Amino acid sequence: MIAALRTEYRKVATTRTWWLTAIAMLAYVAVMGAIMAFSLVQGMRAAQDAPAATGGFGDTILDPMAIATSVYTLAVALGYIFPAVLGALSVTGEFRHGTITPTLLAEPRRSLVLGAKLVAVIPFAAVVAIAGVVGSVLGGAPTLAIMGEPTLLSDASVQRTLLLSVLALTLWALVGVGFGSVLTNQVAAIVVLLAFTQFVEPLLRLLLAQFDATEVLSKFLPGAAGEAIAGSSLYVSSGLAELLEPWQGTLTLLGYAIVLVLIGRLTTFRRDIG
Amino acid sequence: MADANPFRPDDGVIEVMGLSKRFGSIHAVDDLSFTVTPGRVTGFLGPNGAGKTTTLRMMLGLATPDTGTATIGGRKYSEFTQPARHVGADLESASIHPGRTARDHLRVYAPQIGVGDDRCDEVLATVGLTEAANRRAGGFSMGMRQRLSLASTLLGDPQVLLLDEPANGLDPEGIAWLRQFLRYLAGQGRTVLVSSHVLSEVEQTVDDVVIIARGRLMQACPLTALEAMARPAVRVISPDAEGLAALVAERGWGPQTRFDNPTTATVFDHDCPEVGDAASAHGLRLHQLSPAGTSLETLFLQLTADPDAGEAR
Repeated sequence: MIAALRTEYRKVATTRTWWLTAIAMLAYVAVMGAIMAFSLVQGMRAAQDAPAATGGFGDTILDPMAIATSVYTLAVALGYIFPAVLGALSVTGEFRHGTITPTLLAEPRRSLVLGAKLVAVIPFAAVVAIAGVVGSVLGGAPTLAIMGEPTLLSDASVQRTLLLSVLALTLWALVGVGFGSVLTNQVAAIVVLLAFTQFVEPLLRLLLAQFDATEVLSKFLPGAAGEAIAGSSLYVSSGLAELLEPWQGTLTLLGYAIVLVLIGRLTTFRRDIG
Repeated sequence: MADANPFRPDDGVIEVMGLSKRFGSIHAVDDLSFTVTPGRVTGFLGPNGAGKTTTLRMMLGLATPDTGTATIGGRKYSEFTQPARHVGADLESASIHPGRTARDHLRVYAPQIGVGDDRCDEVLATVGLTEAANRRAGGFSMGMRQRLSLASTLLGDPQVLLLDEPANGLDPEGIAWLRQFLRYLAGQGRTVLVSSHVLSEVEQTVDDVVIIARGRLMQACPLTALEAMARPAVRVISPDAEGLAALVAERGWGPQTRFDNPTTATVFDHDCPEVGDAASAHGLRLHQLSPAGTSLETLFLQLTADPDAGEAR
């Protein structure tokens, strides 16, 4: 097991993907954080000036705390595609470049290979996750400060949200590994991940939340589960959705990863390779 | 690598028994059986699509046979705990991540194969890639990639080597080097199986040949036996049966002459000018004098040709 872990760790460490992903994540979330902080504060002020014409999201007026947590959880709400792709690439890259053959020649026990991939991606996913959370703070906090709002970075619940965001984003890489093991075509995997996380899931969440019977389902969508771990999100503070408890979110997201990896083990990794 | 022969011959025997694999209605490999002996270079030959790579994949546990078994030293590939220390394999489909350096490509697999990082530099030196060790493989020539692939098969210092078309993309100098290297490895008592779709490519390297076509075994024998089948011959027809017999006897061609009937003979190991001159010197009338032998390459094509070839090839 140790040997398999070292091999899988080296596979990620010896290519540029992981730190390029981290940089892209940081930049994306920082920009989004700045934009979101600015527009949420503007919305709040507009609403305070003219209570009748409520701006922003829904009918809820965001208070400074809600604005801060919305901004600081942007990595979890929008940026989780980055660790998910990192995880997926650790499997699809093997198929794209044909390295799955030497991999399985060195270690024919395929379950062990998949298991090692899940574990070995964690430190790199954590770096990407931290980059995302740092990005939200780098983009959001100065914007809030410049606009004269409190950054609330010293608030204990904000700090807890930041830490749990790192956990949520790291788990997203495991979901990515599972997804990549099911859909091994690299381009297809990235396109589907993008489409699902940026388009299908947000739409599905809004739809499911419309009806009492299906509302509970929307909480168990992977994106919602990730936000639940962080304990907050833009969706929640705008009153568009409710979330599970953080521990429930953790188990749900972990569940997605495990189910996907099992499907991958029983399909891709059971078939003939090469 | 040790100079003495550290290998137990039994561990190096490859045994393929009744191996079959179908893809839809196509018999990719069809009841294939052969044995590969240690200490020799064996050519695994057949035209493209003959089933060579599929057979190798089944031997290596990458594909599951429909029936039959393939064992190395009596064990299936999946039964080895550190298989790469026993069997070094390089398949055509295997590739190298373009973003990794040559050394990193080897370092990635080293832990799982069960060797240290210093071994990576050793095998890079063995295949002559020391100077390219820190360059990304994406910029490598085909020949360099082949050398790096070969280096990765050598990482575990395996007793058995299975190489799929290792000469592809090598320049003449590289091919000469590869020949020598494979002979050297076999000389150490290792089992070396090299696949190729052209006999001439491995003719100077191999001791034994396993020839397959359409998934079936066509011939498994020492190269010398194949050469014997491929020797030159001349077909002679003379109306003078007695004179023909006398000529053959006088020249001492008896042992290598086959009489189809008293007036028709096939003389092996000689060519038309020799036989024609001899007949002329004896004043023997000839009605036919024609080459009847086959070259090794022709024989290979005959062996692998599809008997009911329609649109194929």
